Amino acid sequence: MGSQTNGAPHTTTEPAEGALERWRESYGSTPERDVAFKTLGGIPVEPLYTEADLPVDRQASIGLPGEYPFTRGVYPSMYRGRLWTVRQFAGFGTAEETNERFRYLLDHGQTGLSTAFDMPSLMGYDSDHPRSEGEVGREGVAIDTVDDMETLFAGIDLGEVSVSMTVNAPAAIMLAFYVVAAERQGVPPEGLGGTIQADILKEYIAQKEWCFPIDPAMRLLGDMIEWCSRNMPRWHPVSISGYHIREAGATAAQELAFTLKDGFTYVEQAVERGLDVDDFAPRLSFFFNAQIDFFEEIAKYRAARRIWARELRETYGAKNPKSWLMRFHAQTAGVSLTAQQPLNNVVRTAIEALAAVLGGTQSLHTNSYDEALALPTEEAVRVALRTQQIIAHETGVTNTIDPLGGSYFVEALTDRMEAAAYEYFRRIDELGGMVEAVKRSFPQREIANAAYDLQSEIDSGRRIVVGVNAYTEGDDDDTPLHRVDPALERKQIGRLQAVRARRDASAVEHALAEVKAAASAQMNLMPALVEAARVHASEGEIVEALQSVWGSYTETPVF
Amino acid sequence: MSDSQRRLRIVVAKPGLDGHDRGAKIVARALRDAGMEVIYTGLHQTPEQIVATAVQEDADAVGISILSGAHMTLVPRIVELLEREGAEHVLVTVGGTIPAEDVAELKARGVAEVFAPGTSTQEIVEFLRSAAGESSSEAQAEAAARGS
Repeated sequence: MGSQTNGAPHTTTEPAEGALERWRESYGSTPERDVAFKTLGGIPVEPLYTEADLPVDRQASIGLPGEYPFTRGVYPSMYRGRLWTVRQFAGFGTAEETNERFRYLLDHGQTGLSTAFDMPSLMGYDSDHPRSEGEVGREGVAIDTVDDMETLFAGIDLGEVSVSMTVNAPAAIMLAFYVVAAERQGVPPEGLGGTIQADILKEYIAQKEWCFPIDPAMRLLGDMIEWCSRNMPRWHPVSISGYHIREAGATAAQELAFTLKDGFTYVEQAVERGLDVDDFAPRLSFFFNAQIDFFEEIAKYRAARRIWARELRETYGAKNPKSWLMRFHAQTAGVSLTAQQPLNNVVRTAIEALAAVLGGTQSLHTNSYDEALALPTEEAVRVALRTQQIIAHETGVTNTIDPLGGSYFVEALTDRMEAAAYEYFRRIDELGGMVEAVKRSFPQREIANAAYDLQSEIDSGRRIVVGVNAYTEGDDDDTPLHRVDPALERKQIGRLQAVRARRDASAVEHALAEVKAAASAQMNLMPALVEAARVHASEGEIVEALQSVWGSYTETPVF
Repeated sequence: MSDSQRRLRIVVAKPGLDGHDRGAKIVARALRDAGMEVIYTGLHQTPEQIVATAVQEDADAVGISILSGAHMTLVPRIVELLEREGAEHVLVTVGGTIPAEDVAELKARGVAEVFAPGTSTQEIVEFLRSAAGESSSEAQAEAAARGS
């Protein structure tokens, strides 16, 4: 509160006990609505918060933006200095179609690119593999070889644009394709800026796109992080992701806890490999969901920054203040979108995006209103993009830094989220750490239980979802849908087979043998992967080479 | 449901390459809580694996959950393979993001019902009780005995 305000002088002490008692009495005399007052994640919410709910040491817990523990934001100026990056995730069909969508987004004011890969690419299958049938280019772009990667970014200067790639199990292979595609544009690895998701733990926890057993997958990630820290100083080699954990059904507190614990696990692995924490921690970034419970989300982001800063400084001994900063990307919640009355999703997305902005995000993807039905149309993507621009330029929320800082409720909820996260850290440590907890399906089970509980609330009508279990009249099903042309699958298979026909087969064979040798020999795999990319080995061939050494993975499901 | 009635046996199946198993697991648990025998296949199953499970488990119904966009390739294949294995009595239902025009096509190809996002678990339980209950031969005999 400003100390030099005009008007009547007022005190800032806690409300007198007498006044609070008077309010309690009058509140108690009015009946409450018959609903559960709790957050989406089940945290009970009091009718009123007061100064008594603020943290005891306000300066240490809340502080100032750009200062430890960064509760109020990672930068001193936040959006007064620079707005968040508008980063819409896109990808479908072959690299040619997605390249067109990328250029469309850049023409409409998008400031960074984000690549969605199709399911076969995420699982390490080539487009002509029998398991890929019907899946090629459906939910993202099909990338089989370095040639596809080159087409994907044709006409886009990779030395200029920041590119994000949402790929995990085969991330190291896709990064090798990207490095070689850039090399052909004349851009060296050190000139590349962007992010590759590569968060393999959350795959076993939630997203479930894997190629290898957990231990070799962790080693491959370690190789990539190490290689990037030496060769790609501008690159973020892992985006520690709560998004998919949340989409799979986690509560906000579970998203926070499991994501941070995954992050600590990567830090520990890199330190064990002999890297100095300050050599790579500044390049770690995060990716969170933006769900519909407005204040719970804001509290989650604020708690995340504070915990990360504290643990990096106190537990992992990072000295560089940049190592303490949690920078994150946010995406509105796909799972909050309804197939019924799809235009309502524009409203949901706007509110979720606003939560991410008030929570201090560095970049943002807003979902399109038709995504519970299909991949978005161009029109729906435009509305999603405009939603961010309206928040940025019309609402005024960017005029001041962390406008909710000091809110009795937001600060109390931030503390509550933080405590819930530490409780999960303790339980995971008891199981022997995150890798062991994942092997024992601990986070998987917690998430499945939370998802089931929420569904039970919705099914019983205890939680209202507008258009789904209440206010259901007026649903229209004439929303125009984006259709992926099935001919694109044949087109992509043709592209892949043309590459196979014109490449040097013996060079490929040799490169794949080198990949196997590196996998067996415990040497860093990245140089062998880059070489395999250079001679046009396909993703599927490289994955098979690695699987011949490491094996594959089958989950024991819990529900 | 009378105690003598055979418990419905339902295979909940995840074909395709997508890892979206939230819906499949919720439905599996809801069916189990409703007293059905549930066999969940786990992720990334081929149509052949799913049909083998359905036949081996003597399933009354296969509930397919798919969000990868490959439903028009994979679902008809499951229906055809069930027929080929002489298991055409097994009821096939689908849940996921399925566009309306594909729903009509899938039903024409032998899918009993397609559950859109937002369907309650009670609706699914009730549908299976009435539809799979009818198609299961023992339940049919019992229904005949009751004269209904």
